[in-house]
Amino acid sequence: MNLDNTTLSSLLDHSATDAIALTLRLATVTTIALLVIAIPLAWWLSQTRSRWRAPVSALVTLPLVLPPTVLGFYLLVLMGPSGVIGQVTDAIGLGLLSFTFTGLVIGSIIFSLPFAVQPIQHAFESIGPRPLEVAMTLRARPLDAFLTVSLPMAKPGILVATILSFAHTVGEFGVVLMIGGNIAGQTRVVSTEIYTYVESMQYTQAHWLAAIMVVFSFAVLLWLALLKRQARGVLS
Amino acid sequence: MPIRNPSSTPGAIAFTTPFSIHLLLWWRLLLTATLALTMILAPGSSKATSGLNVAVAANFVAPALEISETFEAKTGIAVTISSGSTGKFYAQIRHGAPFDVFLAADSESITKLIDQGWAVPSDHFTYAVGQLVLWSPDPARLRDQETAVAVLKEGRFDRLAMANPLVAPYGAAAQDVLAHLNLATAWPDKRIQGQSIGQAYQFVASGNADLGFVALSQIIQSNDSNQPVRGSTWLPPQSWYRPLTQDAARLTKSMNPEQARAFLLFLRSPDAKAIMARYGYQP
Repeated sequence: MNLDNTTLSSLLDHSATDAIALTLRLATVTTIALLVIAIPLAWWLSQTRSRWRAPVSALVTLPLVLPPTVLGFYLLVLMGPSGVIGQVTDAIGLGLLSFTFTGLVIGSIIFSLPFAVQPIQHAFESIGPRPLEVAMTLRARPLDAFLTVSLPMAKPGILVATILSFAHTVGEFGVVLMIGGNIAGQTRVVSTEIYTYVESMQYTQAHWLAAIMVVFSFAVLLWLALLKRQARGVLS
Repeated sequence: MPIRNPSSTPGAIAFTTPFSIHLLLWWRLLLTATLALTMILAPGSSKATSGLNVAVAANFVAPALEISETFEAKTGIAVTISSGSTGKFYAQIRHGAPFDVFLAADSESITKLIDQGWAVPSDHFTYAVGQLVLWSPDPARLRDQETAVAVLKEGRFDRLAMANPLVAPYGAAAQDVLAHLNLATAWPDKRIQGQSIGQAYQFVASGNADLGFVALSQIIQSNDSNQPVRGSTWLPPQSWYRPLTQDAARLTKSMNPEQARAFLLFLRSPDAKAIMARYGYQP
């Protein structure tokens, strides 16, 4: 972690800086995993005429409207010993994933999926069929065309998806609360740490940590707005 | 009431990305919800001033509901129960939440509220003492104190659920029991903390933890199925942990001081004590 610990430690205790480090780790791992999942998924959604398109699209958007408590509760049940995920992970020797870092990553991937898929899907759709057709006439194989034409052209969308996935994971609360278990270094992230501070009446600590979150979120959104303006400038 | 059609918002077409569309959808939803809420709340808002609003710590909600029903039947005073964590209610009351009475899960938060002038010292007392219990869904697991202590000391469990000691009195009590057994920092990776005793119970009930420190009232009180909770339990000696005294007080901002006093008086009556005893609280 690149935070200056000497100045921070006067404001935040050890537990809070640990939570910040873990949150950044969770957001990084989740974002990388989301890009791996979201790029092919968004490509398929942007190209397919399959009758599965609508249901899959709805499924991907579902975490946007469901309360995090619903997601967290179902994940807790599914990852438990009688749940589908729990039985699979137990059978292959991983044990139960609830209350583990891996469990949190899975929860965060589902929670932030629409924030990764939608900007990329939109970027692919806005390219239109023409550049790909041109690539085909130049005898490019489909994978070639995808890698050398579609992917570079969708770069702004992928960048937006990356920023949003990261920021949304940092701001995640309800799902972590349900499947986390508040274990230091494993599942104790900034948002739940603020909750603990407030509940235990340590308002000064809560204020500092909350202020960091506000500054971070504002900076991310400002960056995003500047990026969008830049992109518009290029297009016009 | 003039209703504006939100779909005619000018400038909506200027947004083109799906995200802006979503923002727009949310905005419409927000507008509709605000309109609906205004219509629902406006005529009924005067109703909230009659009757009592009682803030109740989550572990005591079931007996509090039964007590308030009996109280209502006797006095005709309507009681509305709000359930939540003591720390959250403390923060809300300090910022002017409109409760008449606060039934906390500890005594510190009430003492602090009195010091700051938010609660009335003359109407402050301990209404119940809770009991901590170690619970396993396995009926053969905790046969007696000896086996229970052995299970804890040898770490013969996958996950031990408890409430966060920083925020929940039952969590602090569980930590006391572990410290008494010289296990204060043992098994850090196997300890699962809930943000309330309700969450600790849920972790065991859903099978995600195979052992947990919960409140006796949770084991006794009827759950979903009205069946006694399955499994085995161990009640640690009460000298092993700080007393789980739960204090009540009337709040300074109460608009119904007479009715609030009547409710607090009833909370000390034999009728109320009998209900509490059934839920595993000591008077």
